Amino acid sequence: MATVDDLKFQEFDDAANLLAANPDATTISIDEPVEIPKNQHGRLQEPGREEDDELLGTNDSDKTELLAGQKKSAPFWTFEYYQTFFDVDTYQVLDRIKGSVFPVPGKNFVRLYIRSNPDLYGPFWICATLVFTIAVSGNLSNFFIHLGKPTYHYVPEFRKVSIAATTIYAYAWLVPLALWGFLMWRNSKVMNIVSYSFLEIVCVYGYSLFIYIPTAILWIIPQKVVRWVLVMFSLCLSGSVLVMTFWPAVRDDNRRIALATVGTVVLLHALLAVGCLAYFFDAPELDFPAPIIPAHNGTTVITKS
Amino acid sequence: MPAASAQLAQAVESDPSPCRASSGGTPRRGGRQSLLPAARQPTPKRCRRRRQLPSAGAQGSAGAEPQGGFPGLADVSISEDIPVEGEITVPVGSRSPDEDYSTLDEPVRDTIMRDLKAVGKKFVHVMYPKKSSALLRDWDLWGPLVLCVSLALMLQGGSADSKDDGGPQFAEVFVIIWFGAVVITLNSKLLGGTISFFQSLCVLGYCVLPLTVAMLVCRLVLLAGSGTVSFVIRLIVVVAMFGWSTLASTAFLADSQPPNRKALVVYPIFLFYFVISWMILTFTPQ
Repeated sequence: MATVDDLKFQEFDDAANLLAANPDATTISIDEPVEIPKNQHGRLQEPGREEDDELLGTNDSDKTELLAGQKKSAPFWTFEYYQTFFDVDTYQVLDRIKGSVFPVPGKNFVRLYIRSNPDLYGPFWICATLVFTIAVSGNLSNFFIHLGKPTYHYVPEFRKVSIAATTIYAYAWLVPLALWGFLMWRNSKVMNIVSYSFLEIVCVYGYSLFIYIPTAILWIIPQKVVRWVLVMFSLCLSGSVLVMTFWPAVRDDNRRIALATVGTVVLLHALLAVGCLAYFFDAPELDFPAPIIPAHNGTTVITKS
Repeated sequence: MPAASAQLAQAVESDPSPCRASSGGTPRRGGRQSLLPAARQPTPKRCRRRRQLPSAGAQGSAGAEPQGGFPGLADVSISEDIPVEGEITVPVGSRSPDEDYSTLDEPVRDTIMRDLKAVGKKFVHVMYPKKSSALLRDWDLWGPLVLCVSLALMLQGGSADSKDDGGPQFAEVFVIIWFGAVVITLNSKLLGGTISFFQSLCVLGYCVLPLTVAMLVCRLVLLAGSGTVSFVIRLIVVVAMFGWSTLASTAFLADSQPPNRKALVVYPIFLFYFVISWMILTFTPQ
């Protein structure tokens, strides 16, 4: 039975003094990297997997794994739980954006930049910016294309904003959900060394959409060639970020399934870009004048070719 | 007589005292008098404790002698010939002097004018943004409502061949402004801001004022004509007012954010006013 003295508040000594008093006591220190192997499934580190470590950024991801486990402890109905998803500073957001625009070959975006601190600020506001950028640029581009025509009456086309919002937010949230579900399912069948949480996948997708913002602004230029070059360029950049993120996750799987997964990721990304270009931006006029075809009742009909 | 004393005790206990302690605990909006005095404070009255003596002859007035002797009750503090008086209002926090007036007795015009003056004062604060806490401390949502409704009304009548291609409808403008303000407020709170929810809504709503003025100017310019010159004038006016709105709201809101996240909070505000400016600029009449 505890005495009264045991129940009183006690001051604890410095850790060093306590340890000197009892040298055999177990201690936990979270300053040094802990000696837990990164791959929980018990595989040994082979020399052929060194590029994996580089990709995974094993060096200090262990520490961040441990620290991350202490973070999200608030229950999900409190406000503090959601504050943990916005625990980023300005320079971190800018770094992540930079990492998505200039992919370093061989470096995994998630391990390098996210580092177990996925945020929802980036995905949400990049998607919002992209929605309005596409709507505004599309409107401007149509205005400039049809400017000289006498029958043209400018319309703001505000409905397209809601269509753009639905498309982009659906892409940025539903595709990661499907991909995460798929990876979880494959994970249960094949022991993958890498598994991402849902928020990390949302993060990657959200930040990879950033390159489309300047692309959408440049799509105002009414030249078909320019637009398609821009599509290819931005697709390469953001597609490579996605590929380098998800290739280690499916590499150990059946070869065909791995290729199909990565191929689907890239294909959906391309579909988004091309679809936005086709729907929001009218086709630019060609430079040479259209041929005049006399109609059967004598009036001339001008057709666009 | 024990029965009488028991009755007296019961009467004193169950005295429906008119002098309730008005403790200021009722929540008041923004800390000032409400326009609709739903949460009106009871008037602090001077309390006069009357004892209802059980006998028919004695009334509850000062100077009434107790019947017989009640040695137990005579020890109780109240002396018979001095009425107990006092104010029981408990002032909570810092109150401006006009808080103590009851709004029930003043003319309706005064009540309305007081609120209108508060709203007008906030408009002035927005047009000349200095570091004042008046906008934040006494928040109200009347100004934002008036601005939002007038902006949405002025954006009506945009041209469209079909409904799908026209400008934003009334409901769209309304939803964009209020939903956008709520999302920005949530964003700043999630990033660790110390400002309260309604204070932030108040500031964001009031800072729509320059853009409403721009809308008014645009409509007037469009009455004169809709050529290139009018477009250039409208562009300049809208850009200037957009900058004013963003700077005004940043001046009020940026201080409550942690210093290394200021840009993360300011950018959505910029985007919000940019979208409203775009709606204003692209307004073309029928």
